[in-house]
Amino acid sequence: MQSMDETPATSVSHPILEIDDLVLDMGEKRVLDHLTLEFWPGHVHAVIGPNGAGKTTLAATIMGLAGYTQFSGDIRFGGESLRGLGVDQRAARGITLAWQEPARYEGLTIRSFIGAGARDRSEAALADVLARVGLDPAQYLDRAVDRTLSGGERKRVELASILAIEPRLVLMDEPDSGIDVEALNRIFDAIKHLKARGATVLLITHSLAVLRQADHAFLICSGKLMKKGLVGKIEEFFGDACLPCSHQNEPEPGKRDRDLRSVAEDGQ
Amino acid sequence: MGKDELITALYESLGESCVTAPDVAHVEIHGNEVLGIHLVPGLEIEAQERRDGIEVEIRVLAGARIEQPVRICFGLIPESGVQRIGMQTRLEAGARIAILASCTFPNAIDILHAMNAEIEVGPGAEYLYLERHVHGREGGVRLVPKTKATLAEDARLRTDFELLRGKAGDIDIDYEATCRARSVLEMAARISGRGRDRIRIHEHAHLAGEHARGVLTTSIAVREQAEAEIKNTLIASAAHARGHVDCKEIVQDQAVAHAIPIVEVRHPKAHVTHEAAIGSVDSKQLETLMSRGLDEDQATDLIIEGLLSPAYRGR
Ligand SMILES: Nc1ncnc2c1ncn2[C@@H]1O[C@H](COP(=O)(O)OP(=O)(O)OP(=O)(O)O)[C@@H](O)[C@H]1O
Ligand SMILES: [Mg+2]
Repeated sequence: MQSMDETPATSVSHPILEIDDLVLDMGEKRVLDHLTLEFWPGHVHAVIGPNGAGKTTLAATIMGLAGYTQFSGDIRFGGESLRGLGVDQRAARGITLAWQEPARYEGLTIRSFIGAGARDRSEAALADVLARVGLDPAQYLDRAVDRTLSGGERKRVELASILAIEPRLVLMDEPDSGIDVEALNRIFDAIKHLKARGATVLLITHSLAVLRQADHAFLICSGKLMKKGLVGKIEEFFGDACLPCSHQNEPEPGKRDRDLRSVAEDGQ
Repeated sequence: MGKDELITALYESLGESCVTAPDVAHVEIHGNEVLGIHLVPGLEIEAQERRDGIEVEIRVLAGARIEQPVRICFGLIPESGVQRIGMQTRLEAGARIAILASCTFPNAIDILHAMNAEIEVGPGAEYLYLERHVHGREGGVRLVPKTKATLAEDARLRTDFELLRGKAGDIDIDYEATCRARSVLEMAARISGRGRDRIRIHEHAHLAGEHARGVLTTSIAVREQAEAEIKNTLIASAAHARGHVDCKEIVQDQAVAHAIPIVEVRHPKAHVTHEAAIGSVDSKQLETLMSRGLDEDQATDLIIEGLLSPAYRGR
């Protein structure tokens, strides 16, 4: 994985990640609908949207997970198209993903899990990343990443493993789900730490608290870009138009299209 | 090689150094020869050399609690040969012992290792037996371990069979146990096979006494052209007997795995469950590790290593 301090100087004025007219269908359903988004190096971006908007699908497509490789349009990282690259090849370029619901591993210790791919596998380094997400290394390093971890603990271990690999782009799918208030601040600190190290962070969320951690946000709905801009603006709009959502849960088709059109126009 | 050199070679092949602590009992057996033996109070071991192996009798005296795990090292340094072990272990009432047996055939090309074990765990006694195998890279070992165990009232027996380093070769495990009232049996096997390895495991336990408990756990990973067949049977025939059979097999490449858990309940108040999962490595587990920079093989190895790790005690 390329180190963050090796980021080319040109990237200061160029987006690190470009989503260009991305269209992805799942069976009959269009899940990502002509999405065009730009992400800037060293920035924290939020992608916000209601349930089913296509946020997780977007993250999976950027990471190149199985089942998310057939799309039209393009995804470029540092100017290079990611099309055709496997998950490990994307990781080698500095991209990583923190899952909305992370996988469990029988018998695999937190030490081995975090150590996998870590830049520095020393005891001190592994302990440091665990402490950053608020888990006591003495208690956790030798525990398994299995069903015995609570949902919140597992999410924090996921984030610790991401801190350990020092990525250039982190896709974080709902970093706050299952996290209590105190731990949430640790997670927010970890996001700041990543940013301070020059990483670009993409926060996927439908929570305003998480949105506020970002510098910039995209609002997506039904796979389309509705609005983009500074967080304050998106927060206001999201609060008004999406909480509660005016067209979710089987709206009458005509109304939904009208709503989307007016929102989309407003977003230009 | 002299005896001392052989002892050193056996332990070296295990990646360990010779046992020297005076409170740790140990026995080293190479082929049909006893190289070394050291006992502690409460433990009696007698070994008889036979033409192609050895007969060992182990006795733990009533109430004796052997604090340090006993080390037994079986092996053959040459490329070919036969080692037949007959092992009788008797724990008298209230005795307690843990034995760590290492079986090492680091240069095997054509070796037969047959083990015939009889285990009697007396009332209230507790026996832990871990058998760890280290084979060479070429395989060439045929293993035929057979064990017959009886657990008296309130006895506990835990056996662990582990073959994670080197090629498995051809393994044919046959374990049988009968459990009296309130006894607890745990039998676990963890084996990794590749190449043309053939792994057969037949475990059979009978929960014959009231409140007896038994768990048979098998975790196998097979790759390349390896084949595994697991047939674990658990029978419960007394009130409040409880048991579980668990088979996990990970299959990669052209490998083939069969799992046949058989559970039989002969008493309305007994309860036995089973679980068998055979399949490839979970794709989300794999992709998570790959998103941290591991390639597919490295990720698979790590997942399997976890699954077969002794720290994991299942449910
Ligand atoms: N394999 C699939 N087959 C059919 N539809 C799918 C599939 N995967 C996702 N979808 C649909 O695509 C839409 C977007 O799903 P996605 O998981 O990306 O939403 P999300 O924005 O992450 O929602 P949430 O906030 O609930 O996590 C949903 O309507 C979902 O039902
Ligand atoms: Mg989602």
